[in-house]
Amino acid sequence: MAEMRGDTPIDISEDRSKGLLNDVERGLYDFIDEEREEDFYKVDEGLTEEIVRQISQEKHDPDWMLEFRLKSLRIYNELKVPNWGPPIDGLDMARIVTYVRSKTDMKASWEELPEDIKNAFEKLGIPQAEREQLAGVGAQYDSELVYHNVRKDVEEQGVVYTDMESALTGKYADMVREHFMKLVPPTDHKFAALHGAVWSGGSFVYVPPGTKVDIPLQSYFRLNAPGAGQFEHTLIIVDEGSDVHFIEGCSAPKYNVANLHAGCVELFVGKNAHLRYSTIENWSKNMYNLNTKRAICEEGGTIEWISGSFGSHESYLYPTSVLKGDGSHAEFTGITFAGKGQNLDTGARMVHLGKNTSSFIDTKSICKSGGISTYRSSVEIRKTAEGAKASVNCGSLMLDSISRSDTVPAMDIRTDKADVGHEAKIGRISDDAVFYMMSRGISEAEARAMIVSGFANPVSKELPLEYAAEMNNLIKLEMEMG
Amino acid sequence: MAETILEIKDLSAGIAQEDGGEILHHIDLTVGSGETHVLMGHNGAGKSTLGNVIMGSPVYKVNSGKIFFDGEDITELSVDARAKKGIFLSFQNPLEVPGLSLEAFLRNAIREKTGKPVKIFQFKKRMEEVLKLLDMDPSYVERDLNVGFSGGEKKKAEIFQLLMLEPKLAILDETDSGLDVDAVRTVSKGIEIFQKNGGTLLIITHSTRILDSLTVDHTHVLVDGKIVAQGDGSLVNEINEGGYSKYIK
Repeated sequence: MAEMRGDTPIDISEDRSKGLLNDVERGLYDFIDEEREEDFYKVDEGLTEEIVRQISQEKHDPDWMLEFRLKSLRIYNELKVPNWGPPIDGLDMARIVTYVRSKTDMKASWEELPEDIKNAFEKLGIPQAEREQLAGVGAQYDSELVYHNVRKDVEEQGVVYTDMESALTGKYADMVREHFMKLVPPTDHKFAALHGAVWSGGSFVYVPPGTKVDIPLQSYFRLNAPGAGQFEHTLIIVDEGSDVHFIEGCSAPKYNVANLHAGCVELFVGKNAHLRYSTIENWSKNMYNLNTKRAICEEGGTIEWISGSFGSHESYLYPTSVLKGDGSHAEFTGITFAGKGQNLDTGARMVHLGKNTSSFIDTKSICKSGGISTYRSSVEIRKTAEGAKASVNCGSLMLDSISRSDTVPAMDIRTDKADVGHEAKIGRISDDAVFYMMSRGISEAEARAMIVSGFANPVSKELPLEYAAEMNNLIKLEMEMG
Repeated sequence: MAETILEIKDLSAGIAQEDGGEILHHIDLTVGSGETHVLMGHNGAGKSTLGNVIMGSPVYKVNSGKIFFDGEDITELSVDARAKKGIFLSFQNPLEVPGLSLEAFLRNAIREKTGKPVKIFQFKKRMEEVLKLLDMDPSYVERDLNVGFSGGEKKKAEIFQLLMLEPKLAILDETDSGLDVDAVRTVSKGIEIFQKNGGTLLIITHSTRILDSLTVDHTHVLVDGKIVAQGDGSLVNEINEGGYSKYIK
């Protein structure tokens, strides 16, 4: 930004007109799908061995998975809640329902779904997006996938895209067992352990060697039950020389009770393979989003993360790229928008192990109406990573004087044969720029929205077109909310 | 005399901030439709302030007096409302907006100004024509608005916007300052086209380079926030030769 300054002059003009309106419900996402009690199976609130066994039984887990869940629960009980990020006192695990399943089987046709669930996804535009631009779609409603379908031609390429439950017992059972929570072990942190204990749903993708999937696969996660948790597991294995783009979208209606999302994403990028992983997260503002995402790249492999965080009450989200193979490469492009009542702690972690590995982090964060946005990153270049290159570029835009933006970039470099750069900027919307744009006939609100959209543009231009449009709409919506 | 388009009556204005000093004192200025007026004066005389006050900049506040445009009192109107009525200000220091292309900016501006969706094909065609008229590289419009533009490039982009937006009145604030020969040529050409198409001009300048090729109808000399002399185009030459010393007490 041209007008970025290190200090933060108080912008009086902003206070005059903004920050007076209450949180406006976001119509598009906040519709509550009418659920009838008898149509759903759910476990009791809280987290006990009994509940974990119940979930396992309900899901017909193989024996090793039940053991894995119980071990994870023990680890969960031993680990402490992180004390370095946003406070999560408002999250009481004793009140969270960890498993809610609609009494419907997974379908491969939208028409076969119960009307209410089908309507929910119709409102979100998922079936239409599938018809128009996706190679495969998975849709999760509360704890289980209710819809899964892959285009025939993609299936014929040998690409496997299925729900995690089928994958656990199907043809790829060994492969799943070999990889499941190996990259993010339950010992990683308390909520990884929680995930290990109660995970349900999510997607499994396997792309065989030398396969290029031209159009994206997408999973959509909808958490509808109040006071519930969603713990989906996404496992993607891209074999040597292959290329795929995976998109995940998340949303939930707003309730007065805390909801929890503690998903886990594990991405294995093979030799010279390429994976792009895009996320648009728009959880409701009663959601604790404690999500863990990690990728590991073999020689010459590339992981690209595109991440848009708009929703949730509090987020801890730092996708990690482990650059294990020589010459592997990681890029993280992210945007975070923290509005009223939101405390979003987001960023990325890059771990360089192999020689001549490279990583780029480019993030934008925006805060307004008292929202707190913290950029947190860690770039670690180990001794073995000679010739590594890393660059970090983070920009923050504060839209008023009651919001807060922090930048916490850490770097740990253990070899002198590395090239590392860092740039951080924090700024406000310049009144002069608003005047300039208004002098061309643009209204003040529109001018501000255009400046914010422009600020976000380096990220939105990386998104598929319809997602970029959605993101711009979200920005507009946030801006109009005052 | 042509029909009056801009009329400033006994205008006093200063910095909007508390305790901000007054800069303009009792200005009277009348501009007829299609005329070209030049506002001259040394640095700090209040020329840019006057241009900004006509546009409605929130940096300044009007202490007394009125501004009429097309017969309507616009003294209290918002900046965008004034722009919609047909006032355009070419900025002395055009602002940078990262992530917003010049093309997208203009498209939005035209949409907001007209209140109608922009027909993309027509818009693109018009852009091509204007770029060609001004002998500007087409890649200009794809670049982020003013970001990384040289001083000359920014001024060329201002003139490009002027011809795209087709306002009734263009206030050019030091559009000719700090330009290389190439930029002067483009800017002069653009202003000439605007003038020929019947546009009204208020040119704020302390030099006279871009005036060489223009017909000037009226000249106003501003000293210490007051209009101290008014005349026809020949006053420009007079000032060129004699400077402002004659008007400074």
